[in-house]
Amino acid sequence: MAEAREPAIRTRGLNLWYGDFQALFDVDLDIARGRVTSLIGPSGCGKSTFLRSVNRIIERLDYVRTSGSIEVMGQDVLASDVALTQLRREVGMVFQRPNPLPISVRRNVLFAHRLHNPHGQSRAEEDELVERVLREVLLWDQVKDRLDSLATGLSLEEQQKLCIARLLPVKPSVLLMDEPCSALDPEATSAVEELIWELRGDYSILIVTHNMAQARRASDECIFMLLGKVVEHAPTGDMFVTPTHSETADYIEGRYG
Amino acid sequence: MASPGGDRSGPDHLGREWWWDKIAQVLLFGGGISAIVFIIAIFVFIAQQGLGYALVDLDLATYFTSPEWRPTSEPEPVFGALALIVGTASVTGLAMLVSVPFSIGAAIFIGEFATGRTREILKVLVELLAAIPSVVWGFIGLMVMSPLLMDVFDVSVGVSVLNAGLILGLMAAPIMTTIAEDALKAVPDGFREAAEAMGATRWQVIRQVVLPSAKNGLVAAVLLGVGRGFGETMAVLMASGHSINMPTSPLDQVRALTATIAAELGETARGSDHYRVLFSIGILLFLVTFIINLLADMFVRGKKTAR
Repeated sequence: MAEAREPAIRTRGLNLWYGDFQALFDVDLDIARGRVTSLIGPSGCGKSTFLRSVNRIIERLDYVRTSGSIEVMGQDVLASDVALTQLRREVGMVFQRPNPLPISVRRNVLFAHRLHNPHGQSRAEEDELVERVLREVLLWDQVKDRLDSLATGLSLEEQQKLCIARLLPVKPSVLLMDEPCSALDPEATSAVEELIWELRGDYSILIVTHNMAQARRASDECIFMLLGKVVEHAPTGDMFVTPTHSETADYIEGRYG
Repeated sequence: MASPGGDRSGPDHLGREWWWDKIAQVLLFGGGISAIVFIIAIFVFIAQQGLGYALVDLDLATYFTSPEWRPTSEPEPVFGALALIVGTASVTGLAMLVSVPFSIGAAIFIGEFATGRTREILKVLVELLAAIPSVVWGFIGLMVMSPLLMDVFDVSVGVSVLNAGLILGLMAAPIMTTIAEDALKAVPDGFREAAEAMGATRWQVIRQVVLPSAKNGLVAAVLLGVGRGFGETMAVLMASGHSINMPTSPLDQVRALTATIAAELGETARGSDHYRVLFSIGILLFLVTFIINLLADMFVRGKKTAR
């Protein structure tokens, strides 16, 4: 793995506590730029916690404490002078359950964009933007006649694609995805996976998944976590063929999890 | 040998559980239906006492347009309720001006900002406020607010539209806060999380996501507050001055519809015109609060179907 380019996300000695319970132990990770990295491990191993600490959305829980460092594109995000609004513009997040806002499709797509461009743009510019990002997530043809209807009325697959689309107008560099396909049926899953694969290169994508097959077919690198610690981080092909740790081998072969 | 449970004696055996089940069912049904029965009974009673009179004998044109309320004047009593309607409306309107910003603000603080202990304490306090009897509020209006207003505005009488409006506003705020907070709490947390993850500030989340989603519930809260203000009697009677008057300023004395019934009904001869016209006021109040509650209910339901 080339160290030439600075990683998209770099953590050093990251520890995290929920009250008295320590959920992450000295996590040192470098998440490569422009690639899809999947994060696997049994329930409760800290993968979602790790993901949610990168954009600091985890701090919505006021009993969370962290130590160590997290850098996104070379910027220390735990520093006290970091503007969360800017951080979350740089780092978009897709949730397990599609969570479009209860407003129109169009306004969902423009939501983040309008937050970060408070002075507004012409209707034509906005229309163009909406079309561009909806095409980028392969959703335009399905929803172009329903832009003004409620986003919560779309199918789950459409909702999840919309949740990805609405991140793109503000040009994030990192996309965090927390089991983005677990609420979807197999067909929708493969559509969303395909989309994620399309987006790599332009975005660095970190995806938490419970689905071994998904990690295997839709990621470049793979990280295996267990009980709050990183066990193994390797190119996906290598990890699934020749895991270096016995815990990894046991997990990916389905002996526990 | 039959067991004490008796479950061997065939499908038509009625065991103890079956009877308890039946009894509970009947009791609960009775409890539920009684609410409806009482409402209908009250309506029938009021209608029977006043509706015939209101529709046949009462001069409705005078009733709604004349500010002259002279129920005991001889030989020709005048029943013009306009001053009373305006009195109730002005007090309620002012009360809403006071309580809507207060209670929506309080609900936002309790629901969206306060955490842990602060939140619990505030909720208990608000519920405690809602439990203060209205006569106590009237007392506060008379004894505390009135001298204060006399001082501040340099007027000789402290009981007025303003006094009653403030008192009523304070009275209506707790219930409105509680209902508004419920409406905010009903907004799925996923919406807030989604918006925050896109870089919205707390205030942007509240203004652009939470408040629009909770809109119906908030309107319902305000409407119920209006209904509360409309129907309130004792506090308004004590704080408004209780004199028949078309108010031209907030410092004028007025008399409310409810207060009129409370003050006069005991002194009328049963079945007299005066007695019946008071019941017609009752019908008016009933209709208005009924419509307000119906609207509130429709807004709450609207929220459910919109999801």
